[in-house]
Amino acid sequence: MTETVQIEESDSWLEAFEALEHADKDSPTWLIPFRKAGLAQYAKTGLPTLRDEDWRFTNIDPIRKTAFRPTLAPGILEAAMLDGIPYPLKTGNAARLVFLDGHFQRELSDMSKLPQNVTSLSMKDAVAREDLRLDQHLGQYTYHHDNPFAALNAAFFQDGFYLNIPKNLQIETPLHIIHLSSGNDAQASFARFFIRAGEFSKCTILESHHALSEGIYLNAPTTEFVVENEANIEHIKIQDESKQAFHLASVYAHVGRAAQFHSHYLNMGGRISRNNIRTKLNGEGLECVLNGLYLADGDQLSDNHMIVDHSKPHCDSHEYFNGILDDKARGVFHGRILVQQIAQKTDAKQTNKNLLLSNDATADTKPQLEIYADDVKCTHGATIGQLDDEAIYYLRTRGVPKAVAQQMLVHAFAGEIIDRIHHELIREELDEVVWTRLEKFAHFQNVSTT
Amino acid sequence: MSNKSLLRINNLQAGVEGRTILKGINLEINAGEVHAIMGPNGSGKSTLASVIAGREGYEILGGEIEFRGEDLMDMEADERAHLGLFLAFQYPVEIPGVNTTYFLKSAINETRKARGEKELDAVEFLKFIKSKAKLLDLPEDFLKRSLNVGFSGGEKKRNEIFQMAALEPVMAVLDETDSGLDIDALKVVANGVNQLRGPESAQLVITHYQRLLDYIVPDVVHVLHDGRIIKTGPKELAHELEDKGYDWVIKEAEQPA
Repeated sequence: MTETVQIEESDSWLEAFEALEHADKDSPTWLIPFRKAGLAQYAKTGLPTLRDEDWRFTNIDPIRKTAFRPTLAPGILEAAMLDGIPYPLKTGNAARLVFLDGHFQRELSDMSKLPQNVTSLSMKDAVAREDLRLDQHLGQYTYHHDNPFAALNAAFFQDGFYLNIPKNLQIETPLHIIHLSSGNDAQASFARFFIRAGEFSKCTILESHHALSEGIYLNAPTTEFVVENEANIEHIKIQDESKQAFHLASVYAHVGRAAQFHSHYLNMGGRISRNNIRTKLNGEGLECVLNGLYLADGDQLSDNHMIVDHSKPHCDSHEYFNGILDDKARGVFHGRILVQQIAQKTDAKQTNKNLLLSNDATADTKPQLEIYADDVKCTHGATIGQLDDEAIYYLRTRGVPKAVAQQMLVHAFAGEIIDRIHHELIREELDEVVWTRLEKFAHFQNVSTT
Repeated sequence: MSNKSLLRINNLQAGVEGRTILKGINLEINAGEVHAIMGPNGSGKSTLASVIAGREGYEILGGEIEFRGEDLMDMEADERAHLGLFLAFQYPVEIPGVNTTYFLKSAINETRKARGEKELDAVEFLKFIKSKAKLLDLPEDFLKRSLNVGFSGGEKKRNEIFQMAALEPVMAVLDETDSGLDIDALKVVANGVNQLRGPESAQLVITHYQRLLDYIVPDVVHVLHDGRIIKTGPKELAHELEDKGYDWVIKEAEQPA
């Protein structure tokens, strides 16, 4: 292995960083080295290629070829623009945080439903607050060496959100982070979210990403969760970007003793999209569930890449990812379960199922178990296939027409994932969202079966 | 008993993957009748049930099947169901994620729609379905569960009969419904089938053993062997087969007439 890494001569990211350094005079002193470390990590590896094991199924050449510009200044969002976006919880009572191209939109956000003792402020404000000591927390739980997009986020993030839920506080009202991309060509957004759930606290966090127009943009948010002992976080991330766009998200969670971290993913948009998820199970007796559904058609590529790091004994982790792929879409799943030597009595389960609705759709799945403890239960399974002819026949003998039978089975396949969402209102609304999206698939009603 | 013909099978030949399994079946079932088809393993019993129900993948090599005066050959399985045909599966399929209530509502309303009847609304449907569920002694929550998922063998068979009761077919074909049932479950299943008996409907009971026929008493018994019906007789034929096995019938059939 040679240490020299080729950066293309006119790397737009390096140029953009120079511009940022000139503009960014008022930052707290720790932030400049923080950004530089992110950029250095990016410079060390550049953007990944298919030769990188972690990216071997995901060709990001279209991203490499575009000279993206980070969105350094906040744009202004008209309230009316929100109405056109089919995000769930329309009728819900969620506290709402709105972002445009990575920048917090205070006017359109509504925090009044959150309890007073929650610390909630924009990331721009949070980094300036010395008492929050973000210099010691931000980036503490991220890993950049295998994820240049998280490195770029560290280098370029301008805003986002900071949330600290105090000990024992159980928040019934869901918190909805709505991220909108203007959708201008070559625009890049790097929102940064930091969420800490104190001991015995509880919260539901919905994060959804939408586009205001169908341009070729990049959205690369990074979210860090710190889930303290016996806290309970349910996180639901919806990705509904432009079909031309690139969505490269990073989610990191550091989970404490007897805590619950349930993180759900619904991926629908983007030409190339990827969730890079890494959870560190850092206390005994906790439960971590990563549960995802990806729907892709046309020439979309939808990738979910996760590392679950069992660092303490007696933890349960489950990863369930189902993909429904039509036309020439590609699904990629890479699930690595790492069981450290100390992590005895680990119970880790992983499944990835892919339903191909057309003959041109493809799925790549790569389970990876890395186990250093000797008393553990780890299982994984993957399937790639078409609808079950036997089930269709059975339904038809009961008078259910073929097209309806097929829809029932596709819906059921998606339902396996959606049903794991605990929050009832969100679950029901997402069921509708999924159904609406599937109805746009060319082969939803006329599935080719073997 | 009326003599209205419901099912008429004429010289039916069918096979799968180039292998001929049914070699000329003739069978006529009238309204009000219960027929039993018995036969050793591999005689073609399940193939016959599948071909009647419209399973894809079978090659029809010759002959006709008429149901209620209509040619079944060009009809899809769901169209046959709409016409009043029902097949109780030997191995009911587990379908994860498809809720039993949701499925049944769709099945019943699609059938009603095809027959030009008004669809049931949610309240009418639930009332209707609960009255049917009582008959079959099914686990209380089964309507909320995924179709057949986690059901025991006996529960699956009872669910078949429950669906049959709900769909109220003109003719039901029961493909080895007795296999895997203990005597109590067998009685429940038979009771469900007997409730469907009437002057306008018919049942075709396919079984390897005579046991089920103690509870669903047939009017006519046929013996299927090597793709042909080799003997037809009254209900006592079933007892004879139970006592003496199939060999004597096969020998008798092989003797030149």
